[in-house]
Amino acid sequence: MWQYEKKLQYPVNIKNPNAKLAKAIISQLGGPDGELAASLRYLNQRYVMPYGEVKGILTDIGTEELAHVEMISAILYQLTKDLTIDEIKAQGFDTYFVDHTTGLYPIAASGAPFTATYFQSKGDVITDLNEDMAADDAHT
Amino acid sequence: MNEKVRLMRKIKEYDFALKELNLYLDTHPNCRRALALFKKYKDLRKKAVDEYISQFGPISPEQSNDDQYWSWIGDPWPWERR
Repeated sequence: MWQYEKKLQYPVNIKNPNAKLAKAIISQLGGPDGELAASLRYLNQRYVMPYGEVKGILTDIGTEELAHVEMISAILYQLTKDLTIDEIKAQGFDTYFVDHTTGLYPIAASGAPFTATYFQSKGDVITDLNEDMAADDAHT
Repeated sequence: MNEKVRLMRKIKEYDFALKELNLYLDTHPNCRRALALFKKYKDLRKKAVDEYISQFGPISPEQSNDDQYWSWIGDPWPWERR
């Protein structure tokens, strides 16, 4: 189970809205290398892992990725808050706004909706940990 | 910086240390130095959280001690600009 804590992992206080920036940053939420994909990758892979070390670290990192989802979402919320219609059009945010207004919806910067095809879960410890390193841009 | 912000910053610093030690210990469960550091920051966090809750309300719903009004739903929520 999970327990919510009413705080961000790191504070987000954005002074100036910027929808153009939000259009790029949203990929870190719902894009192919985004936090949502990261979280679901680890939290789905963990069940069949043969060692406590791996069950533990996939559980704990997957949980931390959920905190990252919340920080990115806070950034997006604050970047798109209190915009005028003219600003929304001038900053190219109208293509998002027409479907979602300023509600948060996980998509890539290209506009492609979030999909589970961004990660794998193969039931093999070596295969999945290699996929995790590739996804996390980690190097051995 | 007001007391609420100062205390919350402390809690987040301790959480950061605890999270990193947690991840390290997952793959180095015999490391006594990391185990000792984990206990140290856990104690510091508990003191800071207890102080925060007594002054500014719950961080998690089960910490609520309300009699009149369910203050959990109060603003600001974490994603809202201060």
